[in-house]
Amino acid sequence: MTAPPATQGIYLDNNATTMVAPEVVEAMLPFFTEQFGNPSSIHAYGNRVGLAIKQARRQVQALIGAEQDSEIVFTSCGTESDSTAILSAIRAQPGRNEIITTVVEHPAVLSLCEHLETEGYKVHYLEVDGKGRLDIETYMDLLSDRVAIVSVMWANNESGTLFPVQEMAELARSTGVLFHTDAVQAVGKVPIDLKETAIDMLSLSGHKLHAPKGIGVLYLRRNTRFRPLLRGGHQERGRRAGTENSAAIVGLGKACEMALEHMEHEKTAVRTMRDRLEQGILAAVPHCFVTGDPANRLPNTSNIAFEYIEGEAILLMLNKLGIAASSGSACTSGSLEPSHVMRAMGIPLTAAHGTTRFSLSRYNRMDEIERVIAAVPPIVAQLRRLSPYWSETGPVAEPGSAFAPAYA
Amino acid sequence: MWDYSEKVQEHFFNPRNAGAVPEANAVGDVGSLSCGDALRLTLRVDPESEVILDAGFQTFGCGSAIASSSALTEIIKGMALNEALEVSNQDIADYLDGLPPEKMHCSVMGREALQAAIANYRGEEWKDDHEEGALVCKCFAVDAVLIEDTIRANGLSTVEEVTHYTKAGGGCSACHEGVEAILARVLAEQGKAFDPYAKAPEAASSPAPRKLGNLERIRRIERSIEAIRPNLQRDHGDVELIDVDGRNVFVNMTGACAGCQMASTTLDGIQQRIVEDLGEFVRVLPAQAMAGRG
Repeated sequence: MTAPPATQGIYLDNNATTMVAPEVVEAMLPFFTEQFGNPSSIHAYGNRVGLAIKQARRQVQALIGAEQDSEIVFTSCGTESDSTAILSAIRAQPGRNEIITTVVEHPAVLSLCEHLETEGYKVHYLEVDGKGRLDIETYMDLLSDRVAIVSVMWANNESGTLFPVQEMAELARSTGVLFHTDAVQAVGKVPIDLKETAIDMLSLSGHKLHAPKGIGVLYLRRNTRFRPLLRGGHQERGRRAGTENSAAIVGLGKACEMALEHMEHEKTAVRTMRDRLEQGILAAVPHCFVTGDPANRLPNTSNIAFEYIEGEAILLMLNKLGIAASSGSACTSGSLEPSHVMRAMGIPLTAAHGTTRFSLSRYNRMDEIERVIAAVPPIVAQLRRLSPYWSETGPVAEPGSAFAPAYA
Repeated sequence: MWDYSEKVQEHFFNPRNAGAVPEANAVGDVGSLSCGDALRLTLRVDPESEVILDAGFQTFGCGSAIASSSALTEIIKGMALNEALEVSNQDIADYLDGLPPEKMHCSVMGREALQAAIANYRGEEWKDDHEEGALVCKCFAVDAVLIEDTIRANGLSTVEEVTHYTKAGGGCSACHEGVEAILARVLAEQGKAFDPYAKAPEAASSPAPRKLGNLERIRRIERSIEAIRPNLQRDHGDVELIDVDGRNVFVNMTGACAGCQMASTTLDGIQQRIVEDLGEFVRVLPAQAMAGRG
């Protein structure tokens, strides 16, 4: 693994997107210049690119443990993969008009489901408990021959909490229901061996694992009922028409190969840095806590709620020090409400707005982590001094009633 | 990342008048925890002159909420209460060299905190007359509540009408689906169905228009434009008549209208008004288009 290019900043927002690995860039470059052929062409220009795509397909196959390389369908992004999976399931099974998903899905799934509700589909949103966990009994009760597809994320982008998708897929299969998982956050961070599971479809996104933006994959288990989202050419065996984004596909293949090589590192070194960061901050900052399920989550993600202050303000102050993170506050989401994931877990509003997500990658170093641990406490203290919920020494007595402005 | 002005960043990183004022005799609490914005404004007012001697803020909120609070305290210090009541949210935003549309509510919160604090000083009960809904049109910062109220008050039934009345939907088109959903909901309450293909009702046609003389025609065009100007001035814009050449009416968009991405919609609105007033079709064009017509 080559060292990342020198930057001044400390990048802890890898669940948003990742740096493209230098090796990936290198692998891609020829496909912008001499390897410009159309892989569909019969001549040598096309053939060379076709072979490179074939290799990339096998590299993706290896990372997610697909039985066949033909089960890999290249798309433009995770969102396209999600849309393809869900729309395919309802179009291919006209009699089935129910969908099962969860309240904490990514908008790529949630917004689509909400839209499908306006078209008459019945969507069941599984709720989560305070740690972001699902109730499997409720899920089992919802499975029926009216359900076209279950779509449940493998790992939550905000809290990192892992869902038991393998068990849920088995349950779906036993009742004859298709199972899709948005694994955009999980692929490359936790081992996945699809041939040993009952998962029918899986979405992944290149830019979450050090490949470029604009490339995604839909894993489509052999013999799964399918309808394409885009029709046109014969690319991807007619399952996703459109000339291949060959450079990005080659880059994704390389990134998958590297992710497989570093899987152990992810589980050990990245996890160690994450744990150190979390413990360091929790020890130094009063009135903050970890959200999600600390015992069962991605090794790279820590989501900490800083009470009585607001997340965007935290991010702006961190950014001033060159530290990049993200937040579940209303302001950073661009809506008027804090993160739907934090609300679903019942995190109080005084804390939900202050949730801050630190997501690491294998390119982080322990000395960066120590610098962040040193930077966070003064920022939190400074913002609390401005907060009407904070007195000299701690939160005002009964914050809820001491400052409860009336507002429509 | 938000496009914050230098001034916003400066007031966020170095807020003025943070903390509660000692011996305050006026307090205003506004905001909403669910929205992630809450502000307590404390003032020390001279009982003789009613001049604000000191102002301090405590804010739970984002960068622009803190900057708006800081700006507010700077603006009102030294003002008499009656003078301070004239401070608008636009004044706060202007002081900060503008705020992103999604963040204008931060300046609204500042103005309301001020009103609440003054009411508190005077022993009055302050009523929040402003209800804010989810932002629907991001181009022009129009929220759901405003759209809903406007639809009800004016009996609107099409997206086009909503755009003419509120501006919502006049920019990037992204919110048309959202505006349609609001229309469908409000119309359903009135027992009507939303028809996406409905045309905006035509203005009642005036009795057979007689042919106008040139002077009378230009005067009418002038009157139509005069009637529109206050609307534009409210948004810091303006329009002036440059020339009338047959069917073409040339105007100059000035102030905030110049270079506004809404300019073409504004021109459409002006055109519609003139067409209605004149009873004949004219085309309203920016004066720059004159050169090209030689």
